Amino acid sequence: MGLLSDPNRRKALTGLLTRLNTPICIVCYLAGIVWFMGLAFEPFTLRTYMSENAMGSTMVEERFSSGERALSLAKEFDPPSACCGLNGMPVEWLVKAMQSRGLEVFTQSFSRKLPFPDENKERYMVRGTNVYGILRAPRAPRTEALVITAPCSPGNTNNQAVALLLALAQYFRNQIYWAKDIIFLVNEHDLIGTQAWLEGYHHTNITGMEYSPLQGRAGSIQAALSLELSSDVITSLDLVLEGLNGQLPNLDLANLFYAFCQKLGVLCTIQGKLQRNDWDTAEGYTHAAQTMMLMVLKQACGRSWGDHGLFLRYHIEAASVRGINSFRHYKTDATTIGRLLEGMVRKLNNLLERLHQSYFFYLLPSLSRFVSIGYYMPAFGLLAVILLLRALDLWVHLGAPALAAVDGVTEPSSPGVLTVLTPVVISHLTGVALYLLPVHLQEMAVEHFPVSETEAVVLTAIAIYTAGLALPHNTQRLLSGEGTEQGWKVLKLTALLYLAVLLGCTALINFSLGFILAVTLVPITASITPHMPKALYAVVMVLLSPAFTILYCVFIYQELIEAPVSVSEGWMLFLSVISQGILDHALYGSLVYPLLALFIYPCWLMFWNILFWN
Amino acid sequence: MAAPLTLLLIVAVTIRAVLFRSSWAELISERVEVVSPLNAWKRVVEGLALLDLGVSPYSGDVFHETPFMIYLFHFVVDYAEIVFMIADGITAVALYLSIQTYNKNVFRKQKYALESDRYPADCLELLRSPKEMFYIPLKVAMFYLLNPFTILSCVAKSTCGLNNAIIALFILCTLKGSALLSGILLALATYQSIYPLTLFAPALLFFLQRLYIPVNLRRSSFWFFTLQYAFIYVGSLVVITGLSFFLLGSWDFIPSVYGFIFSVPDLTPNIGLFWYFFAEMFEHFRLFFICVFQINVFFYTIPLSIKLKEHPVFLIFMQIAIISIFKSYPTVGDVALYMAFLPAWSHLYRFLRNIFLVSCVLLACSALFPVLWHLWIYAGSANSNFYYAITLLFNFGQILLVSDYFYAYLRREHHLTHGLYLKKKDGTEATLVLK
Repeated sequence: MGLLSDPNRRKALTGLLTRLNTPICIVCYLAGIVWFMGLAFEPFTLRTYMSENAMGSTMVEERFSSGERALSLAKEFDPPSACCGLNGMPVEWLVKAMQSRGLEVFTQSFSRKLPFPDENKERYMVRGTNVYGILRAPRAPRTEALVITAPCSPGNTNNQAVALLLALAQYFRNQIYWAKDIIFLVNEHDLIGTQAWLEGYHHTNITGMEYSPLQGRAGSIQAALSLELSSDVITSLDLVLEGLNGQLPNLDLANLFYAFCQKLGVLCTIQGKLQRNDWDTAEGYTHAAQTMMLMVLKQACGRSWGDHGLFLRYHIEAASVRGINSFRHYKTDATTIGRLLEGMVRKLNNLLERLHQSYFFYLLPSLSRFVSIGYYMPAFGLLAVILLLRALDLWVHLGAPALAAVDGVTEPSSPGVLTVLTPVVISHLTGVALYLLPVHLQEMAVEHFPVSETEAVVLTAIAIYTAGLALPHNTQRLLSGEGTEQGWKVLKLTALLYLAVLLGCTALINFSLGFILAVTLVPITASITPHMPKALYAVVMVLLSPAFTILYCVFIYQELIEAPVSVSEGWMLFLSVISQGILDHALYGSLVYPLLALFIYPCWLMFWNILFWN
Repeated sequence: MAAPLTLLLIVAVTIRAVLFRSSWAELISERVEVVSPLNAWKRVVEGLALLDLGVSPYSGDVFHETPFMIYLFHFVVDYAEIVFMIADGITAVALYLSIQTYNKNVFRKQKYALESDRYPADCLELLRSPKEMFYIPLKVAMFYLLNPFTILSCVAKSTCGLNNAIIALFILCTLKGSALLSGILLALATYQSIYPLTLFAPALLFFLQRLYIPVNLRRSSFWFFTLQYAFIYVGSLVVITGLSFFLLGSWDFIPSVYGFIFSVPDLTPNIGLFWYFFAEMFEHFRLFFICVFQINVFFYTIPLSIKLKEHPVFLIFMQIAIISIFKSYPTVGDVALYMAFLPAWSHLYRFLRNIFLVSCVLLACSALFPVLWHLWIYAGSANSNFYYAITLLFNFGQILLVSDYFYAYLRREHHLTHGLYLKKKDGTEATLVLK
């Protein structure tokens, strides 16, 4: 506490911080970036290990052998007219197939009208049915359950997975060691079906979905696995962890998957990237960095990257396992995948309590290495501290004239509350407009312009975003030339603290999003003053605004998944990302769009206002 | 000055009415930062239902309001929203009038001292001018009514708002010099939540100062007045408690209200320091640490009363702040009450040292509370340690704020007697250090 009460030391410290403010900020920024890039370097990461005792030490033996049967089932299920064709999922067939395997079978129908048509998946009025069968646990009271789900959506033939699910059900039915109910869920319309089923299971309705109540249920769900096998030749399995709003399942689930892949000799990837062993070469490091960057980008966009993502919201640890055909020599047959799932489910069956031992906040540069929250948070902290340092600097400068007044210097009248409040309120109103208008105005836009509904929504959003840039001019007029030197400093101080709190909260919930926003927003917001060359800095500010950040992320993502796009394709992708973001918010309650529209964008506008302070 | 105050009241009521009608009201009334087991509206409704069924509301472990409260709401439960808005209005007006009176007194005293040439020559800039003092009462009312904490508390229908109103009325009566009303209201405030008991000392000091009775243990006039005021206080406390007994016909409320406050059986997380500590503790240390924690609230009265015996109104502020930091079930409504006083000490601004740090901490904590709650309870990825860390930080900020104001107040008084530009013995500029 000496630092807080001894005025001399305080004076020395604040003096140091204000004198060296700019160099310290630059060093912090560079250190933050370097720290972040260093996270992918293998010696700085930790090896993954199984923390959960119930899953680590127990042995299970996989005996599943009906892979061939699964293949033939898949053929039976196969005719495109039968599955996922024009008349949707073959509900009757599935019900019969599950019943014949001795499950309690129930169906749930649901319907949902999207706020505007989804052009990627070509759907607007969605109507579908979920089929699920419950295998009751013979060994324990039926208070807990596990879920295995296979999405069966039009256009994406997942019949391999459905067939494997049925084969597993048949095999599991004959085993006696189950202590948890196992629910086999085949859901239609991928995420929308999952959402309807989960809401039905938990008696909630948070997204305005219409669904019929579930007729049968099991205990509280402990874990869920989602299975997607798009082709009948599988060469490797990919693990998908990123869920809604950047939530991740417990790391033990990933460890479990990795352990079984090792045991059964299955090639496993994360972000579609195989692990490399040459961490000490440049290529090895680049590879790990790319894998981690992909994870960061996927997590930052806040959408659910598989059916598992929606389970996470209900406190259910879940991951998607995706079969990939990468045209390699080595093939994995259905029996092995079945064994892998059997092993995972058996270990999950051994759980005594929910998965909670291992990490919930992590980044994965590869499947066998992880970066925990304690290692990656400093990278963000170094960026956030810049905002606080600048705020401190401004505070000291604002306080200085007041002290000078002691010596008889006339103090300029301190800025009224209005000078600061007006830009803040106006920026936020623009944010509210950006949040509300695109969806509500689509009909009007479609009437007056030759665009489709989806385009109308996206283009309205971009139009409002751009229109917001004209605000400073109007705000200044409203204030009738009150733009004093003190005024902008107070506004900037407010905006800096606001941004720091905002980014801090974002980074806690979704580190990747917070970090990406910090990387682009911090340098410009820390350095902005009205005394800079306006045109140049206006361009720089726009290039570092949230919308452009999304655009860059689209390009970087495409680059990283080795599918580079041209500028025009990138632009189209950018538009579809925006529409997906708005849809994700309306359908599943993803928070990225409201965060950007209601908080980050207004905050950025406040800095834009400072640049044009007259 | 009535017009701006009316306008302020209208704005405040509008904000509250809009929020009451919005879908946010339900969400807010569930927040642990805003309601505690002591003052949650849900529990009041439960108590009323039990009362209507002819069961003692204190049977069961849900209801912890005082009997007066439940009888008040027995009659006005349909107008609860209006009652809470009126309570906020009363608090604001009472604080407004109190600070107005206080400022008049301060100014008068300053004038006398100036005329009798008691201030050192270089201290003139420390003196307060009527111009800057003019808007302070309005600012105080504004700080209370438009403080997000108060608004949240009111929208959640936390009965903390009513307790605040009683305390504000007590302050008003004290500053207006009515010992009888002051004693009765203090008894009522004590009856509501025990802790305002510590406000007895500042009120007594204020009356003694007002009647020019020196604080001297050998003077009979001092004892006479002290006993008189204590008699009013204790008498009304007895009467109120007796009345409660006759209302309900049993003493159930004593363990259920005061026992609940003192022994802290409900460890629902809140913004205070108790819950985590007692959730972690071994059972056989519990009694000892409860004593330590509870004595903490009352103990500061003695040194502060000695140090601030010339400044009872500032002492009231300090006491309210200490109560809201260290009480067993604090909510943001308690914080809002003492924060309303901050404009009254705006002349101390130049002596504050950590105000930037404190405001950053309080701001960040207010935002982080819901975020970490979400991560802990809904996402399941964080745990109680994260939330408690923020609680600690929040209380650290509050303590720093209060001690900063304390230091600033003492320093200003020191300068007013010893001159603004202190010199060390060797002639260099001296600095004051609080140790």
